[in-house]
Amino acid sequence: MNTDQSVRIKDLTDDEYFFGHKACGGCGGSLAIRLALKVLGPRSFAVLPAGCMSAVGFVFPQMAFAVNAMISTFPGTASMLSGIAAGAKALGLKEYHAVGFAGDGGTADIGLQALSGAIDRNDRIIYLCYDNEAYMNTGIQKSGLTPFGARTTTTPAEGAGSRTAKKNMFEIVAAHGIPYAATASVGNIPDLLRKVNKAKEVAGTSYIHVFAPCPTGWGYDPADTLEISRKALASGLWYLAEFENGSFYLNHDPGKFISLNDYLSTQGRFNHCDGDVVKTIERERNKKWEKIRREWKMPDEKHFFAKERS
Amino acid sequence: MERKLFLSGNEAVAWGVKLSRPHVIAAYPITPQTVAVERLAEMTRSGELDAEYMHVESEHSALSAMMGASAVGARTFTAASSQGLVYMAECLHYASGGRFPIVMMNANRALALPWSIYGDQRDSLSLLDCGWIQVYAEDAQESLDLVIQAYRIAENLRILTPVMINLDGFVLTHTYEPVFIPTQEHVDAFLPPYKNPYCMDLENPKNLAFSSTPRDNMEFKYQQHRAMLDAKDVIRETDTAFGRHFGRYYGGLVSNYLTDDADCIVITLGSIAGTVRAVVEELREQGVKAGLCRIRCMRPFPDSEIAALARLGRAIGVLEKDISFGFEGAVYTNVNSALMKTNVSMRVLNFIAGLGGRSISPADIRKIFSDLDRACNGGRVQHVQFVNLGAFA
Repeated sequence: MNTDQSVRIKDLTDDEYFFGHKACGGCGGSLAIRLALKVLGPRSFAVLPAGCMSAVGFVFPQMAFAVNAMISTFPGTASMLSGIAAGAKALGLKEYHAVGFAGDGGTADIGLQALSGAIDRNDRIIYLCYDNEAYMNTGIQKSGLTPFGARTTTTPAEGAGSRTAKKNMFEIVAAHGIPYAATASVGNIPDLLRKVNKAKEVAGTSYIHVFAPCPTGWGYDPADTLEISRKALASGLWYLAEFENGSFYLNHDPGKFISLNDYLSTQGRFNHCDGDVVKTIERERNKKWEKIRREWKMPDEKHFFAKERS
Repeated sequence: MERKLFLSGNEAVAWGVKLSRPHVIAAYPITPQTVAVERLAEMTRSGELDAEYMHVESEHSALSAMMGASAVGARTFTAASSQGLVYMAECLHYASGGRFPIVMMNANRALALPWSIYGDQRDSLSLLDCGWIQVYAEDAQESLDLVIQAYRIAENLRILTPVMINLDGFVLTHTYEPVFIPTQEHVDAFLPPYKNPYCMDLENPKNLAFSSTPRDNMEFKYQQHRAMLDAKDVIRETDTAFGRHFGRYYGGLVSNYLTDDADCIVITLGSIAGTVRAVVEELREQGVKAGLCRIRCMRPFPDSEIAALARLGRAIGVLEKDISFGFEGAVYTNVNSALMKTNVSMRVLNFIAGLGGRSISPADIRKIFSDLDRACNGGRVQHVQFVNLGAFA
């Protein structure tokens, strides 16, 4: 038995469960969903709220999910998932997964209440947030997960971009005492797969927050999605971690960070940022990492950094 | 053996739900709906009702969850009222568009502002266009019976439309009456298990609740409309079958009382019909040809039943706990539309009453009939009147 729950990419099924959709080239969100469903398999019920992935995946009569799937209301991802889980339980269905794929706005803003309710009930659902850091489907407006300084159509560059930092969804979810939560990134696919595989086995609610760049909204070449994701990790602006049995575990400490400009300069949304904005971002990052290094548990054999094999 | 229990409207609904064997129940508490869901929570906890009871954190989530459960083939129930009903408004449209045969109880209650926990029907009537079948119970017995009927109507594969069962807040939800409780076997023989080939299925996966472009969208809406129109016959047939099976028949989409020879007819909804019926009897004793038409179903609208009331020289009064601000009561607008198509010229008046839970007395109803009588005889009467207005008027 594979006790570390890692999934080897070469063992992944060739079957596709999310394909033929209309997502932009280089879309981080659609990659996360495609890979997660390969781990979860065909006996899945997927719920997607109004947003990018439902807009590109369910245009009648072209349905892009090969598993059972439905669009929920924008605030209703978690509540609809909970209903599926309750219905499936009442009907005696066996060996299935109820999984939600919601964006950052659908998770951290309008869907937060329903998600909180589902975690409170500890419903057996997997909730995956693909975080592209703004309302992309509606034309790049600021969400609660837009980072400080980022330009969106509602936080224009003339006003120096977003004036607020990202809500900390990972720790908000953890504060509920959820059985399993993790951060992940399309910049480290083995780690993402391992976490989805782990969520499969959780008896209650699990939450995976996936960093998922958006070339259209962030202003970069679609070929650079993975590179930018890796730079976010290397710069310390995103991190890979897990919350389990009441404890936070860091999966990887990059040690010395790459320069922030090395990350920020790859994207048009940060073009306007002056030295003061960068300094603020850096100060907040350092504060966060001091806390992580002081309080969280460091990587161990159960919470390891699944390295990419080149 | 059929039993007789002393139950409130809320409890009668809980009994109707239990007998209908739902798989999943979700509800968020709001006065005056609470007793219905408290009873259901007790029934599921004790095991006398084998269902999943979900403690959701809002009405929006309650109905969203019921859509998820319905999508996998579960029979579902939820209950709301007033602020909670309008809070779930997004999901109401979603559930009807998705053709999920959910059954919900709504305790009719005034909408804020000003805050009021008391009954009027502005909550449900302001949502006439959300695509739900809307029925209104007069008493506790009908409340129980409507739940059983509602599942059979909603789950009919020609219909697949959710049903909202409305009970007047407090006046019906909290009033105790003797209620006949049919046996489980008797209900099982009337209401078959829920089977829907359009549900999600692990062996044959489906994508539901999708988008459609302008090329197809209108056809989906047309199908929804057709199903609602077809529901008229299904509701009539269901009530007839219910009458044959259980011995209680309510009249289909409307319940008429002494309308055939009536000169003056009051059309109304819900529990106030009981008071109107008493006044009709009193007036009949005095030789006044009064009648009552109680609309049981506002959507689909009983247009042919209303049109059948059209007669030259007759006056009709629509008594409703509702106002569409800047115009008239919604029930009145609907009734007028049905009557107008008959080309019979009649006097039709609108009486707005009971907003925010104000009592409607027999004296108020006598006055309504006297206004109708005056209108009948060519007298001048205001088209839209607020009954029993107080100091601010």
